[in-house]
Amino acid sequence: MSHLSTRERVVWILLAVLVALYALFPVAWIVSLSLKAPSDLTNGQFLPTALSWENYELILVGDARGLFLPALRNSVVVSLASTFLAVVLATFAAYAIARLDFPGKRVILTTALGVSIFPVISIVTPLFDLWRIIGLYDTIPGLVIPYLALTLPLSIWVLSAFFRQIPWELEQAAQMDGATSWQAFRKVIVPLAAPGVFTTAIIAFFIAWNDFVFGISLTSTDRARPVPAALAFFTGESQFEEPTGAIAAASVVVTVPVVVLVLIFQRRIVSGLTSGAVKG
Amino acid sequence: MAEISLQGITKEYGDGFQAVTDVSLDIRDGEFVILVGPSGSGKSTVLRMIAGLEDITAGDLYIDGERVNDRAPRDRNLAMVFQNYALYPHLSVFENMAFPLRLSRNRRPDAEIKDAVHRAAELLELQEHLDRKPGNLSGGQRQRVAMGRAIVRDAQAFLFDEPLSNLDAKLRGQMRTEISRLQRRLGTTTVYVTHDQTEAMTLGDRVAVLRRGVLQQVASPRELYEQPVNLFVAGFIGSPPMNLVAARVEGGRLALPFVELAPPEKFADAVAAREGDVLVVGIRPDHLEDAAVLADDQLRRGTTFEVGVDVTEWLGNELYAYVPFEPEASVRRTLEDLDRELDGGALRTQLVAALDAQSRVREGDTARLWFDPARVHVFDPQTGENLTRDDEAAAAFGDEQERLRTESLEREQARAAG
Repeated sequence: MSHLSTRERVVWILLAVLVALYALFPVAWIVSLSLKAPSDLTNGQFLPTALSWENYELILVGDARGLFLPALRNSVVVSLASTFLAVVLATFAAYAIARLDFPGKRVILTTALGVSIFPVISIVTPLFDLWRIIGLYDTIPGLVIPYLALTLPLSIWVLSAFFRQIPWELEQAAQMDGATSWQAFRKVIVPLAAPGVFTTAIIAFFIAWNDFVFGISLTSTDRARPVPAALAFFTGESQFEEPTGAIAAASVVVTVPVVVLVLIFQRRIVSGLTSGAVKG
Repeated sequence: MAEISLQGITKEYGDGFQAVTDVSLDIRDGEFVILVGPSGSGKSTVLRMIAGLEDITAGDLYIDGERVNDRAPRDRNLAMVFQNYALYPHLSVFENMAFPLRLSRNRRPDAEIKDAVHRAAELLELQEHLDRKPGNLSGGQRQRVAMGRAIVRDAQAFLFDEPLSNLDAKLRGQMRTEISRLQRRLGTTTVYVTHDQTEAMTLGDRVAVLRRGVLQQVASPRELYEQPVNLFVAGFIGSPPMNLVAARVEGGRLALPFVELAPPEKFADAVAAREGDVLVVGIRPDHLEDAAVLADDQLRRGTTFEVGVDVTEWLGNELYAYVPFEPEASVRRTLEDLDRELDGGALRTQLVAALDAQSRVREGDTARLWFDPARVHVFDPQTGENLTRDDEAAAAFGDEQERLRTESLEREQARAAG
C-alpha cells in the first residue's frame, strides 16, 4: 500500500483500530470480569479494582473443579477425536472426488453441502431419542458422531478444492518415477495438501469445540458434557448469586487453546506452497 | 535401453472420440524418434499410452519384445519429462532427482543415491543448485532438473512431452542441442513429442508425422523434407511451408498460374495419365531463386518465370519475397482445409520465395524467379498422394540416416568410455 498518502494511511489505521476495538471489547470485558473479585463484579467499572485470581482458583482447584475439569477433558477429547476422524476421512474422500471420475460424484458433493447447511436444532430431538435407545446417550462417541456430521462435509469441500489445485502431472510424474498410487499420494500429494489439511483441521476443531446444542442435549452428566454446556450448570455461592466471575474465567480458559492453535498453525496455512512445481 | 514396438495402437475415449487410430511404429534400441503433428493430432496421446498414463483401447505395445499393455506406468521402467516439468515443489533439487531412487522398487543405499544424483547433476550443470527448491529456479534450470530426474536411474527409455515449449527461443535452442548431446551420450531410446518443426528436424533420427491420430509417414528428417508421401506431410514439414499451387495437366505438361513446366522426367508418365485434371504442385520456398543472382549455366538447368512481388522481408541470411496469386477454384477448398489443419491462418494465397540475401528484389518489383522443375512435387488434390515420390531416393535417405545414427552413437559411447 505504498501508494497511499499519509493522510489516507492515517484514516485506514484509525478504521482498523476501530474495528479491532469493536471485536476485542467483549473479549477484554470477559478477561476483566474473570479477574474481578466477587465483591468487585458489580462495581460498574471496566477494570477490576484489584487483580484477583479467585475465579480461576474456583474452577481449577476450588469447588467448581468437579464441574469444570471433567468438562474440559470431555471437550478436548471430543474435539480432537472428531477433528482427527473428519480430516482423515475427508482427505481420502476429497482426493477421490478431485481425482477420480465415478458415478454419483456430484450427488456426494451436493449431499455434503446439504448436510452442512442443515439446521442443527432440527436433528437434535430425533438424535436424543435414538441415542437413548442404542445407548450412545451421554457418551463421548455419542458426541463425536454428530460432530462428524457437521465437520465432514465442510472438510470434504475445503480439501477437494485444495486437491484440485495440485497439478495432476505431479502424480503422474511420481508414477513414472516408479511410485505406487499409495506412494504417490503419501510422498507427493499429502505434503502438498498439508496447508489445506491444517486449515481444514482448525475449522473442524472449532466447530466441535464451540458447539453448544449437541453438547447440552446429548449429555446429562460429566461423563461426556463439554465445556460450553457445562458453563450453564455453574452455580454461585448461593442460588441468589450469579456465578459470573467463574463463567468468565472458564470462558477465558477455553478460549486460550483456540488462540494458541491459530498462532501455531497460521504459518502452515500459507498458500503458494505449490509454486515451482510447474511452469507458472 | 530397449526397443519399443507399437502394433496397431488405437485410442478411443469414452465419448467415442478416436484420438489415435491404428498407429504402428517400431522404435529401435537407442533411437531418437520424434512424434510431430499439429494440435489435436494425437501425438501426446501416443506418448502417454507408451508411458502407461493412458489405457490402450486396441493394439499391442511391446517393450523389448514383452507386451506391456496392462502394466502400470511404474512397471514399465520408462522415464518421462513433462511439458510443465512436474517437479515436486516441497523437495529440494537433490531430493527431486533422488525421488525415483528412493522408492522401494529401485531402492538403493544412500551413498549410491548420492553418487547417482551428483553424476546426473554434473552432466546437467546443476551441482550448485542441489539444495534449492524448484520454486527458486529459472525455467531453464527447472527443465534441467526434470531431465535430471529422468536420467538418474537406468530407465529403459526416455519419453519427452514437449519439454521445451515453455522456454524462450534462445534457451530452447541451447536445450535442444543439450538434449541431443545427452541422448547420444547415454544412448537411451527416446520418444519425443513436439509441434516444433525445428526440434523435429534437428533432434530426430526418425520423425513420425501424425494427422488426426493417423500416422502419415515415419522417416528421417531429410526424407520427410525431400520425399513427403502426401500433401499433409509436405505442407507440415518445412518453414516457411511448401508453396502449393494448382496446376492443370495440358499435353503432359503442368500449367501453373504463372508458368508452365515439364514434370520431373521420372514421373512424366504418371502425370501424363492425368491429362486434363487439376493437380497440386508443391515448390519449396528455398528452391526458388532470384534469376538475377544466378550464373548462366545454373539458369539453363531450370525454369524461370516473371511475377509481381508485393512484400519482401529481409532477414540478413535470406530474403522472403511474397507473390499473391488467385488459386484455382477447384482445389481451393482442399488447400484451405489443409491450411486450417496445419494451424495456419493464411488470409490470402501467396507464393513464398526464400531468395538469396544478395537479391535486389524489392516490394512492388517484377522479379524473375528460377527453380529446378526436377525438385517439385506433384500431388493428387483428392487423395493428397504424392505422385512424384521417389522411393529409391527415399530408401537411400533412410539407410544413410541409420548409418549416421549408429556412427554417432558409437562415437559418443567411445568418447564416454575413453
